[in-house]
Amino acid sequence: MKQVETAAKENYWQGFVGGDWQDEIDVRDFIQRNLTQYDGDESFLEGPTEATTILNDKVMALKQAERDAGGVLDADTDVPATLTSHAAGYIDQDLEKIVGLQTDKPLKRAFMPFGGIRMADDALEAYGYTPDQKMDQVFTEWRKTHNQGVFDVYTPDMRKARHYKIVTGLPDAYGRGRIIPDLPRIALYGIDRLMADKVKDFNNTGDGEMTDAVLRLREQISEQYRALGNMKKMAALYGYDISKPAKTAQEAVQWLYFGYLAAIKTQNGAAMSVGRIDAFMDIYIQRDLDQGLITEKDAQELIDQFVMKLRLVRFIRTTDYNDLFSGDPIWATLSMAGVGMDGRHHVNKTSFRVLKTLDNMGAAPEPNITLLWDKRLPDGFKRYATAVSIDSSTIQYENDELMRNQWGTDYYGIACCVSAQPIADGVQFFGARANMAKAVLYAINGGVDEIGKKQVGPSTGAIASEYIDYDEFMDKFDKQLDWLADVYVNSLNAIHYMHDKYDYEAEELALKNSRLDYTFATGISGLSHATDSVSAIKYGHVKVIRDADGIAVDFKTDQDFPRYGNNDDRADDICKMLVKKLYNKMNTHHLYHDAKLSTSVLTITSNVVYGKNTGTTPNGRQAGEPFSPGANPAYGAEQNGALASLLSTAKIPYKYATDGISNTFGVTPRTLGNDVDSQKDSLVNMIDGYMENNGMHLNINVFNKDTLRDAQAHPEKYPTLTVRVSGYCVYFADLTKEQQDDVISRTFFESM
Amino acid sequence: MEIYKQTNPATAVLDKTTPPIGYVHSIETFGSVDGPGIRYVLFLQGCRMRCQFCHNPDTWNTGVGDEMTADQILADAEKYKAFWGKQGGITTSGGEALLQIDFLIDLFKKAHAKGIRTCLDTCGQPFTRQQPWFDKFEELMRYTDISLVDIKQINPREHKRLTGWSNENIFDMLQYMLDHNKHVWIRHVLVPQRTDYDNQLIQIGNYIKTIAPIVDKVEVLPYHTMGVNKYEGLGLKYPLEGIEPPTAARVKNAEHLLHTADYQRYRDYPNYK
Repeated sequence: MKQVETAAKENYWQGFVGGDWQDEIDVRDFIQRNLTQYDGDESFLEGPTEATTILNDKVMALKQAERDAGGVLDADTDVPATLTSHAAGYIDQDLEKIVGLQTDKPLKRAFMPFGGIRMADDALEAYGYTPDQKMDQVFTEWRKTHNQGVFDVYTPDMRKARHYKIVTGLPDAYGRGRIIPDLPRIALYGIDRLMADKVKDFNNTGDGEMTDAVLRLREQISEQYRALGNMKKMAALYGYDISKPAKTAQEAVQWLYFGYLAAIKTQNGAAMSVGRIDAFMDIYIQRDLDQGLITEKDAQELIDQFVMKLRLVRFIRTTDYNDLFSGDPIWATLSMAGVGMDGRHHVNKTSFRVLKTLDNMGAAPEPNITLLWDKRLPDGFKRYATAVSIDSSTIQYENDELMRNQWGTDYYGIACCVSAQPIADGVQFFGARANMAKAVLYAINGGVDEIGKKQVGPSTGAIASEYIDYDEFMDKFDKQLDWLADVYVNSLNAIHYMHDKYDYEAEELALKNSRLDYTFATGISGLSHATDSVSAIKYGHVKVIRDADGIAVDFKTDQDFPRYGNNDDRADDICKMLVKKLYNKMNTHHLYHDAKLSTSVLTITSNVVYGKNTGTTPNGRQAGEPFSPGANPAYGAEQNGALASLLSTAKIPYKYATDGISNTFGVTPRTLGNDVDSQKDSLVNMIDGYMENNGMHLNINVFNKDTLRDAQAHPEKYPTLTVRVSGYCVYFADLTKEQQDDVISRTFFESM
Repeated sequence: MEIYKQTNPATAVLDKTTPPIGYVHSIETFGSVDGPGIRYVLFLQGCRMRCQFCHNPDTWNTGVGDEMTADQILADAEKYKAFWGKQGGITTSGGEALLQIDFLIDLFKKAHAKGIRTCLDTCGQPFTRQQPWFDKFEELMRYTDISLVDIKQINPREHKRLTGWSNENIFDMLQYMLDHNKHVWIRHVLVPQRTDYDNQLIQIGNYIKTIAPIVDKVEVLPYHTMGVNKYEGLGLKYPLEGIEPPTAARVKNAEHLLHTADYQRYRDYPNYK
């Protein structure tokens, strides 16, 4: 191993171990060669500096003012956001080690019309702002938006599926998000090198024959090149020149934050992930520490202030959007730890420093801290992470081995809540979710929507008998799912075609390879209720109760039936069958950009809205009641305790649901053990066990329901109480009353 | 229990001997307060005591519940092995597990054969040195890694008032355990106006000192009211009507008087066994 002496003329790379990463852009190779593993405990960590504390107090005060103002503190109405649309903004310039805001003021929300002008206007109106007429004209008459593009091509069937909410949350009027920019590239190489590479890629695209694919790629690379140039201008507004690599830890963190800032200034995506940067930042911090340039206190300050910036990210959204994804999430998902392909764990001191921010600045929902868990992670880190979970319920855990094997790389991150993505060369097209529980009802009602009472799915004829015959049901269900797969996937084809055309994410994609692997994400909601309903039909002898219109409005079961969530194969096999069935049906269709199909069992907070729009299901769930979140069993179905429940979820095959299988786990502290040490042990063993059984994802919430009830009644007493919902984290106080009720009514495992 | 319903009765006929049947009230797959680590807890049906603070009155009746064999239980329990780490395993609780001692012997013996750690949660009430029971108990102890033993009251008369039974044989059981180096966790349920008097707590503390060599941990379990609904459901009068859980200060006081800080051997458990 030779020590790198120079990068160009200056010593940007001095002290680093050299390798392929010098000759070509390869952040992974750099990390592999320069990583400093840390096997100790948290005792080296430092508290916040005075500057951090002053800044954080200001941020907390702003947050409170925002909440008092009804959710939005300030918003632009007439400046479409670009990288250079706003002057530099600060919290308190003299104290900030890491700078950069989305607009010129903290918590002021940018105007982002490219997804759809009507949505942008509605969002402003929802918070009492008057949309600008000129802007309205510009983006209606002169400049087409993504939303307009999609609705220009939607079929009547797609509009119907959307209207009756068997498909909900489609990104046809907002940013699809879910792109992880390879942020460290800016720090390691500088923008100039990245631009030079894009020129090379541009020149190597196609053989002169201008096919559709070649045209699209050449145009995209051109846009990426321009975006990189604009990033330099954006940084210059803050007094930084990012054309060259970073020289210090402060610069490295600042450079990569500028990359992230470019993303959040231009895209209001359903997930604006930060990626996996702990090891990368740590290498720069360690170099400065070794040279005596900074102290541990300085190192912590950098991380605290970087994380503080992530906590300030805001988008203005419509009430519909907020109903689906409550609590103002932006999914600044930050993935950490994990194990390399070579078997070395990637836990480093900066993984600890990031967790420490929750202590130094109080709990907060963003960034969405995601630990890539492997049994081989060092004990000190496992125990510290679970201690943080017990304190603040802010962490999610994902199965590193499962994802590493599936995606074939250790340089992947989580692109939203639970969806893995190779950082250098992977992109995901986000696709919301289809309502599987409603599809069960369509099978029973012959494609007539149980609430709208209109023919929506294909007319397969309602089940006419008093008791539902399983074979007849399955036959009709199959046909409804054929239709659902078709209308769902093709809606997404339209969406991603138009998103690329009218709302292309040049700033994020500029920081990835030019040639990418695309994943076509879809999702399933209501899986537990669909599973239990099919199980009821198979084992429970279900009698149908119909209204005057002949629509099934209630069900009676004569016998008990197995339910998903008890580690009972009879029910769990149905669950697996449903996932595979829908996946295989969707996979018969053309997928935009020749993407690879993936699906998820993940609902965010939309389980409440989906439930509201779905009639009574044969498993006994009443009309309008929330679905269970993500892949969780139906509330009250679990009879054998937490682990039986987890093992049911763990059976859902990840290779079909590579977009993620989310389980949100709630437990009271006392149930975990009588003292903190045994509570930590319980969580470590529980996560280890879940992952060993191929469980994919776990949100862990540790508190008492009484705390939640008290927080609902007295929000002022709990300004920073955070809870993990399906795949992300929110301030409890920022949830709607309905969603608070839902969180309270979720299964909390409790021992007697 | 589903496992029972799924077993094919045809295979049972092939068995030459009939294995003892356990009467199971319920199963908790994630027990983390019933012995070391995460445990698969088997709540067995049946108890003769009528502790006023009992939160599981639905486990009192004997001869009811789901009938299961040790093999069935272990086949189910092993699904959770990955969660047990270096400490966890199975715990039998109740009810009073010792009332089904034949079943326990079969279960723990087979568990040990599979390398599964065993924990017995008992009040000791069925303990006797009379035969043939005592031989059975001795055999059971051979396959028991740790026992959780409640000391509900130190004074026999008070004990009888609280539980309906005297406690001499319970102390005799602990004596046996001391004599044979069978390690225990001692637990005391703290109930205001019943088991929360300083003079009694001091006596219990003094007693525990006499068996210190086998005591790995002492726990004060604050009385809670989560069992109230069960009494209503069973149409029983709740004996502790109006008694609230103890305050944090009283719990601390009890921990102090029982010297819980002196019994920390459980912290070395990762190397346990």
